[in-house]
Amino acid sequence: MKIAFSTSGETLEAPLDSRFGRAPKFILYDLERDYFEVIDNRQNLNTSQGAGIQSAETIARSGVGCIVTGHCGPKAFRVLSAAGIAVYNCGEATVADALKAFREGTLKTMDSADVEGHWI
Amino acid sequence: MILAVASGKGGTGKTTVSVNLARQLGSGVQLLDCDVEEPNTNLFLDCTEPEEEIFGIPVPCVDEALCDGCGECGRFCQFHAIVSFGTKPVIFPEMCHGCGGCMAVCPKRAISEVSQRMGLIETSRSGNITLIQGRLDIGVSMAPPLIRAVKARLQDGMPAILDAPPGTSCPVIATLRGTDMVVLVTEPTPFGLHDLKLAVDMVRELRIPFGVVVNRMGIGDDRVYAFCGKEGIPILLEIPYDRRIAEICSRGELIVDALPEYSSLFATLLWNIKELRGMERRASYVRSAN
Ligand code: SF4
Ligand code: SF4
Repeated sequence: MKIAFSTSGETLEAPLDSRFGRAPKFILYDLERDYFEVIDNRQNLNTSQGAGIQSAETIARSGVGCIVTGHCGPKAFRVLSAAGIAVYNCGEATVADALKAFREGTLKTMDSADVEGHWI
Repeated sequence: MILAVASGKGGTGKTTVSVNLARQLGSGVQLLDCDVEEPNTNLFLDCTEPEEEIFGIPVPCVDEALCDGCGECGRFCQFHAIVSFGTKPVIFPEMCHGCGGCMAVCPKRAISEVSQRMGLIETSRSGNITLIQGRLDIGVSMAPPLIRAVKARLQDGMPAILDAPPGTSCPVIATLRGTDMVVLVTEPTPFGLHDLKLAVDMVRELRIPFGVVVNRMGIGDDRVYAFCGKEGIPILLEIPYDRRIAEICSRGELIVDALPEYSSLFATLLWNIKELRGMERRASYVRSAN
């Protein structure tokens, strides 16, 4: 399975970005092959609305089974749920720490959005 | 004539100017509160019980039995209001602009329209004033469609005053478009001047004749006057900074009713507006004749 991490960098040492919708990049980590790729999410930073939805579409198209991030808004959460992607909530500082926590099974899945959209 | 009252920032006294001017007019006038996120004009007027009309916009609704998850609808929608990847689409009615595009592109004809409530249009009366007020539901972010619906209630032949939302963004443009004249309300302070400049750029862009009302004359400095002088912008009225005016407004009363000594202010404003309108008409007549 592949898992996605929201981040601002391109390596596993990069910080985990706590904002799902407006994270600059996603690291897609392949658990079976211990290999990762980086995808850009940058176009989102400029949209006033719907950034979370766009990010969720990007993630859904990337073929991952779950996403590890800080906070996820309601719209993005609905898209991810519809696409069958589990959302894991994580407060770890770096992608590597978050990956370790995921492997150890200490991360919790979110069953609802934990932040309101910013325009409410 | 359709007159809009606007300002680059909130709290300058737009609503005060609108309601007092409407009352001063004396004969039948339509007053439209286009600040649909926070309509408050009714607080200044002793109104009849409002007639309410629900306002909605058409949003898509997908028939799961027909949809094959092709994703065309999501690829079409620029607003990310409908999203699909191999499954039945997810719809975000609050982001939909009601353009109907997704319905048109769906190869399976799986999408139909349902009306999504966005707010209310309230119509009430107070003396010579017919008040039409839009009220967006809480959490709804799209003001322009409701503003257009409020403006669609305008009756030809009866003068109208439109109380615009503050600022210079889309809801303000939606309010000002198609009006004959704009009154920009400002304060003689550096902040007032800053926002006035933005508002002036906006109305010039829209090519609508306009003039300025300076509220709370006496506070601040004279830079607003210098700016208007340099730009050739007429000052239609100055409202003095008077504690009694502030009290009247905070009690939700009309200056023209409660402070008769100030009713001449709004008579002057009315006169200046008519004068400016006459000048504009002559100027455009000359322009078209050349
Ligand atoms: S375009 Fe029509 S058939 Fe295709 S995903 Fe959208 S609703 Fe379904
Ligand atoms: S009607 Fe237009 S804005 Fe609304 S979902 Fe369809 S394509 Fe998007």
